Order: sequence, then structure tokens, then C-alpha cells
Amino acid sequence: MRLWKSKTSRQNLITLAVLSVLFALFYGLDSGGVLKRSLSGQLVPICVYIVMALSLNLTVGIMGELSLGHAGFMSIGAFSGVVAVTMLGNSIESPALLMTLGIIIGAALAGVAGFLIGIPVLRLRGDYLAIVTLAFGEIIKNILNCLYVTIDADGLHAAMFNGMELSGTFIINGPQGASITNRISTFGTGIVLVMVTLVIIMNFVHSKEGRAIKAIRDNRIAAESVGLNVTAYKMKAFVLSAAMAGAAGVLFAMNYSAIEPKKFNFNTSISVLVMVVLGGMGNLRGSIIAAIVLTVLPELLRGFDDYRMLIYAVVLILVMVLGANTRFQQFKITMKEKLKKRFSRKEAAK
Amino acid sequence: MSQKQQTKMVPLPTDIIIPERDLGKQPVLDIRNLGIDFGGLTAVDEFTLAIGKTEIAGLIGPNGAGKTTIFNLLTNVYQPTRGSILLQGIDTKGMTTAQVNKMGIARTFQNIRLFGGMSVLDNVKVGLHNSIKCSMFSSILHLPGYYKAENAARARCMELLDFMGMADMAQYQAGSLPYGAQRRLEIVRALATNPAIILLDEPAAGMNPSETAELMDHIRRIRDEFQIAVMLIEHDMNLVMGVCEGIAVVNYGKIIAKGTPEQICNNPVVIEAYLGKKGAGEHAAES
Repeated sequence: MRLWKSKTSRQNLITLAVLSVLFALFYGLDSGGVLKRSLSGQLVPICVYIVMALSLNLTVGIMGELSLGHAGFMSIGAFSGVVAVTMLGNSIESPALLMTLGIIIGAALAGVAGFLIGIPVLRLRGDYLAIVTLAFGEIIKNILNCLYVTIDADGLHAAMFNGMELSGTFIINGPQGASITNRISTFGTGIVLVMVTLVIIMNFVHSKEGRAIKAIRDNRIAAESVGLNVTAYKMKAFVLSAAMAGAAGVLFAMNYSAIEPKKFNFNTSISVLVMVVLGGMGNLRGSIIAAIVLTVLPELLRGFDDYRMLIYAVVLILVMVLGANTRFQQFKITMKEKLKKRFSRKEAAK
Repeated sequence: MSQKQQTKMVPLPTDIIIPERDLGKQPVLDIRNLGIDFGGLTAVDEFTLAIGKTEIAGLIGPNGAGKTTIFNLLTNVYQPTRGSILLQGIDTKGMTTAQVNKMGIARTFQNIRLFGGMSVLDNVKVGLHNSIKCSMFSSILHLPGYYKAENAARARCMELLDFMGMADMAQYQAGSLPYGAQRRLEIVRALATNPAIILLDEPAAGMNPSETAELMDHIRRIRDEFQIAVMLIEHDMNLVMGVCEGIAVVNYGKIIAKGTPEQICNNPVVIEAYLGKKGAGEHAAES
């Protein structure tokens, strides 16, 4: 009952409830075989992109720092997750446990990467931070492009550039990417991951740390003057965001039989950013809706595939321009009030 | 510890204006020969001042005299070129602004700096955050420790807001408050950090006379109930002369006069700084 009393946690519970109903519905439809194959294949990617959008929203929307390398963390999670699952696959039978361990390991490594990248990056602000994260995303992709990992009876072997000398079967084979022997991602794991991510972010935002981060976003100098350690709090949010992207990466990778590093390029980062911006900065519900729409739409509009990134760019610009336009905001507010009035009149009529 | 030893540890400057009740106690803030240069410009120079444990001190001077720069130096927003700042006997050299705040200096800003997008209550909670003992793990999972810490923080925030007569505004968005309330909220937020001294940068700017009178009352109550020192920059002479026990006047970054309000009012150097040479002569002729 304590939860129901405060307005924010009531809103959170509503979000969770609506999402669970939606998920339950689709889970039922999917296992009943009612869904079209193309849509049923999209279910795991939808979960992946919801987690990606939510985690990027933590950095971009709530912390207010533009990060353009989010796919980099996703790829670290994906590749380390694949290695971990392949390694543990022999000793652990249960796919659920295997997946959980894979996600935890992938998230942990992506978190460590977030920490290491955060040390230099979080000292920068604004455009500089955006450029450096963009570069880090590309660096991670290029490192993975020339990384070779094999497994044999002795355990793991890894090399950079020259994979020919390694013995055993390849898990990660340079530009050809990682090969996954057992595809253990299911819509069920996706649902669980989305829920866990959502709860973590919601709780984080309403905790002391979340308040601190919003305070730093609103006014850095004032935040320092009340004793907030700006870098430490930003680091916490950045690492959390990276770790969740890593978890999403594991879920993503385990859905395919092979995954290439070039899948995690700048375009992926931008797609996720578009979801966040379109859904509204700092708006978790918006991120979820935008992630679902922007994952399903390209499949439905296959014919326009060549123009997808162009459309994304235009949408991004429009949202930015309209978001800053006071007249449009005014229009939005008046529309909202009109709707409210109409609703209240209806209720009064009843 | 004996009185003698204490005074030996912190030798007081000779021209102090510490009120009688604080004499013999260690001053909360002991600023010595503070100075900063921006390139070739000397913004503050030879600034020496001690502030008693429960003193209300005023810092006045014409526009551009370097008053806010002094506040920025005290909170280590700028690192001083010369001199030292002893906060309760500890040199704050090299500390960050956040560390200085934890040591006991809280401040407000001339151009209000609230967390505009957050609620009034959350603004105060941010001020309180260093005393909220709750790990990130516990807050992410909303363990019982989180609720305990949050409820305690909330109660304390409401107490502080009530102290400044803002309890009914707790759920409002900070950025949408009227000007005077925003200034008061800044003070509440600063008080929430549990300071030993609070620096108020033009707290009455933009307030009407009745609000200013209320503010004077608040300032005295802050000193009395929290037993802390207050240092304020203000152009409103009614407030400064009404509430301050010691006043320092700066011009061109240097202290030109120190004393009680009566002494400052009649000091020809101060009148000259404010009104110019000719004005000072006329003032003298009038009186």
C-alpha cells in the first residue's frame, strides 16, 4: 500500500502493469502460433531495443549527456556473452541459468568498459562528450573486428590480428564475428530482462543517486555547491547504462547463429538515440513505445529500407527543432488542456 | 582545552569585528591576505577577514568591487593566487567545491541556481543527500533501508521548508516558483547541507520591502536556531545595517573599511567609494 500512496511509484506500477499485460498477450499469441513469422522473429529484437533505449535514456535523457557510442557497449556485452555461454555451455544444462549467467557476465564486462571509457569521457561536456563516445563506439567495433577467440580442451585462446595460429574451434573469428552454437534467447528471457531493466532504472531515478544526476543536469555549479561529487555520480549512471546495454547485447547475440561486429556500428547507436529522442528525453514510457514502433516499422516497410537512415535523420531533426520551438510547445499544452476538458465534461455528464 | 591555547592555535587578526559572544572561540572562517589575479587584472587583493562562530557579517561595495569573486574563492570555484582560507582552522587549499561544502560552507547564488525541473522537496533533498545513508544497491532494489532513509530525509526536508515558511510549496516545481520563494528555497537547500557558515549572495535582490523584512527575520532565526555564521552580500542598505553585526566594505578588490554598522555609516572612505569624492564632500556638509 505504501507503494500506491506516492504518485511517482503509482505511475511506475501502471507502466509495469501495462507492459506486463502487453507482454503476456504477445507471449500467448506467439506460443499459440497466431503471429506471422516475420513478427514473431521480431519479438526478441523488440525486447533488445527496449532495453537499449531505456539504458541510453539514462545517459541522454536523465543525465543529459549525449552519448553516440551506445552500440559499442552492446557489442562488448554480446561478444563476451557469447564467449561465456560457449564456455559454460558444456557444464551447465539449463538454458535459463546459462542465459542468466551470460547476461550477468556480458553486463559486467560492458560495465567495466563503461567505467574505463567514463574516466576520460565524463570529464568532457556537451559536444566533446558526444564526439569522444562516437569515437569509442567505433574503436570498440574495430577492435572486435580483429579479435580472434578459439576454444579447445585447454580452454580459451585469444589473439589480435592473426587468428590462424590459434588451435580449436572459433568462437569469435575476426570480421566474420561470433558463431553461436546454441541460440538460447527466447521472448521469455527478453521479457524478464526488460522488466528488470525498467525496475532498476525507475528505482535508480527515484533514489538519492537519481536526484543527484538530475540536479547535475539542471545546474552543475549549484550541484557542486551543495556537495555533490559530480564525476562520481555521473560515473555511476554511465556504468549502469553501459551494463544494461551489455545485457541487451547478450540477448541480441543469442538470438542469432552468427553475429558480426559491423552489426554494432554508428547506425545502431543512432537508431537507439532516435528511439530515445522520439520517445522523449527522460521519458521511460516513451522510450519503450518508440523502441517497439521503430523496431517493427522497418520490417513492415521493407521497400523503403534504403531510405531508413535518411528518415531517421529527418525525424531526429524535426523532434529537436519542434522540441525547442516555443510555439509548438504552446500548441501542445493547449491541445492537452482541451482534451482534459473534454474528458472531464464526459465524466461530469455520466 | 584552555582559552589561551586555542587563541594561540589560531592567532586572530588585529582588526577583527567579531561580536563579543564569539570572542575567544575559534572563528568559523579566517581569511588571510586572499588574492586572485585574472591574467593581469587583480580582482581581489589583500583580503583579510575573520568571521565569528555565530556572527552575521555583511560584505558590501559598489558594483564590480569583487564581492561575488570573494564568495567564489571561499567556495573554491576559483583557486586563489595568494593567501589562505581557514575553515574552522583547516586550510581549504586544493579542495573541490563539493569538499568545501562537506567541510561546512554552503552558499546561494546571485543569479538563482535552482534545479528548475525538480520539485521543491527534491531540491532540498539534493541538499541533504550527503547525510542520506543508503547504498546504491539498496536504493536500486528499494530495500527497507531505502524507505527508512528516504522517509527520514523527507521529514527533515519538510522541517527545513517549514522553517522558511515553504512547507505548503513542497510539491511545486522549483522553476515555477515566484522570485522571492526561489531565493528562500536556495537558502533552505543550502541549510540542508548542514553548514557551519552560509554565504548569501544578494538574498534580497528582487524582493519587495515586506519580503525583505521577512528575510531579515529569517536570517536572524537561521543564526539563532542553527547556531551558524551568516555572511551576506547585499545592496539593500536597510537589510545590511539592520541585520549585520560586522560589515566589511570592498572596493576594487580590497577592503577599504571594517566595522559595526554605525562605524561604516559614518566612515568617509565608504561614502567616497559609493558617492565619489564630490558626493562625499556634500554628505559631510549635510551632516
